Amino acid sequence: MSAASTVEIPEPLRLLAPDGTLAEGHVPALDGDALLDAWRAMLRSRVCDERCFSLQRQGRLGTFSPVNGEEAAVVGSAWALDPARDWIVPQYRELPAMLRLGYRLAQAMQYYTGNPAGSQMDADVNVLPFQISLAAQLPHAVGLAWGLRHQGSDAVVCTYFGDGASSEGDAHEALNLAGVRRAPVVFVLKNNGWAISTPVRKQTAATSFAARAAGYGMAGELVDGNDLFAMHDACSRAVARARTGEGPTLIEARTYRMGPHNTSDDPTRYVDPVELEERRALDPVERVRRYLTAEGLIDEASEQRLVEELQAEVDAAFAEAQASPSPGSEALFDHVYARPPGRLAGQRATAAAEEAG
Amino acid sequence: MAEMTMIEAIRSTLGDALARDERVIVLGQDVGVNGGVFRATEGLQERFGEDRVVDMPLAEAVIVGSAVGLACSGMIPIPELQFLGFGSQAFHQMEGQVARYSFRSQGSYPMPMVIRAPFGGNVRTPELHSDAHEAKYVNTPGLKVVMPATARDAKGLLAEAIRDPDPVLFCEPLRGYRLIKDEVPEEDYTVPLGKARTVREGTDLVIVAYSAAVVVAERAAERAAQEGYSVGVLDLRSLVPLDVEALRDAVAACGRAVVLHEGSLSAGFGAELVATIQEEAFWTLQAPIGRVAAYDTPYPPGTVEELYVPSVDRVLDAIRAALEA
Repeated sequence: MSAASTVEIPEPLRLLAPDGTLAEGHVPALDGDALLDAWRAMLRSRVCDERCFSLQRQGRLGTFSPVNGEEAAVVGSAWALDPARDWIVPQYRELPAMLRLGYRLAQAMQYYTGNPAGSQMDADVNVLPFQISLAAQLPHAVGLAWGLRHQGSDAVVCTYFGDGASSEGDAHEALNLAGVRRAPVVFVLKNNGWAISTPVRKQTAATSFAARAAGYGMAGELVDGNDLFAMHDACSRAVARARTGEGPTLIEARTYRMGPHNTSDDPTRYVDPVELEERRALDPVERVRRYLTAEGLIDEASEQRLVEELQAEVDAAFAEAQASPSPGSEALFDHVYARPPGRLAGQRATAAAEEAG
Repeated sequence: MAEMTMIEAIRSTLGDALARDERVIVLGQDVGVNGGVFRATEGLQERFGEDRVVDMPLAEAVIVGSAVGLACSGMIPIPELQFLGFGSQAFHQMEGQVARYSFRSQGSYPMPMVIRAPFGGNVRTPELHSDAHEAKYVNTPGLKVVMPATARDAKGLLAEAIRDPDPVLFCEPLRGYRLIKDEVPEEDYTVPLGKARTVREGTDLVIVAYSAAVVVAERAAERAAQEGYSVGVLDLRSLVPLDVEALRDAVAACGRAVVLHEGSLSAGFGAELVATIQEEAFWTLQAPIGRVAAYDTPYPPGTVEELYVPSVDRVLDAIRAALEA
């Protein structure tokens, strides 16, 4: 701990050890089919990361940010929600959470291939689009939660950001307002160690992001972000608090970005390979694999079958995205305004004429 | 029909909107108990409660940013920026979020909101209270920008902006809050966005203006009349949408024009007006179009602001230059 720190920082909550054994006496609330669903989501995420990287390298997919290393943080939190009424306000590295609430993989593939349809939500899918302007989604999450509660709903909004985005002014303003309004928000701060090449020690002098919660008058929890059960446990408590009117929670999920920032990034320029190997030993997927194997719920053969099934699922989603009609010049104008200014009619016609050649 | 000041007209419209539609929520700094620093929301919290007229933390980005979330939840937020100059603290939310959320989500999340913001000079305010930043927002596709010049229009345009499904930046001339006073119908009515108002007919030249500058334009036209010139005034009412037809017709009718605004000159809205006039009415022009705006310098401290904000004399000089060209 740095000399400047005056707050005593507890150890992160951990319920599942890296060797796949449970903390003594812990009975996971995430079990049965829900647990196998969560496992499937984690594996799907990894399969999707690999496929998307390969497609990007072939020039068939645009920029892509892998989840690699953060699967437990994303899936554990999303599985604490009620998909029938709760909401996800994502940044851009939380695809498994969006899928949990009904966003379709084929839409994600549309998004990654530059098709605007990828961000159009189906009816009753409580998900906001990917957010590229870091931390800008946090004020939205607070307003959404506030508005839902104002209209009598008991829905909870789960939103995500990172150690890098925590430095943005929007993060401060949103956390502060959430505290003031006791908005039913679960803020999941995924501290993955990196903002592209900037290590967390250059992002903050503090030793804990969770400790900031006290400064906003809300509950805070430091969690092992590579532990599916710890994330599910902490987020379930946060959801229960939010739902019963006890206000927001800031959860710091301490995890590690095991891959590059995105398909354009080369982390070998700045990540110490020794550190990376140490962190890979804490792989969240491997941890759940060990647990499920020990419980007799999966084995190598069943996982192999599952991976093949997920690869087919991802390939089918990509094929569906490829098959969707490529938008024309009308896509430049549609939905910019519900009642467009008159000038846009002429511009729309110009673009259409140019397109027609 | 009763006379109302602009601030009274705005207050009554906000009250009507809150009464008419349960989805409407007013939020901003000091809008509740204090009724707004200019009293635009006076009495509204008493009438509609703390949940619908909401005092916010001093943080422009989250005032606008939480309004995005409120709109996603199905509400119609009316956030207030205490001054347009402080809008820069929320610009990333207005430009990067509010203006393009409907486009980004392909219509899944429309943004029916009205961001109210007073602005304008010659009232001896501290720095950044007077800046006329409207051009930055005109250059932000997805937003509409509305700038009333009369109390009657303030009511009708605000009522329309609140009903409009698109996000609207509604700029209120703080110098005119109490000085601008005219007849305002009691009943609920709307003034469409994108329909300019002919303030005054003229056969020699037309001044194109909006917001408090319309008052300056009217005085200049009056003075020009004393010199024997027939000068008209066109009030644009909204910059987005822009009433291109009215602009073309007004210029074509007399062949000479002066464009006028409080914001600084270069890439100010006047540049857009001049470009549009030359596209639409070039062959009717008999003289170069005059441009009267603030200088390309920051808004100054109070002792020199009257030298900065376009005055009647400067508009008259531009009128004479165009007429004598």
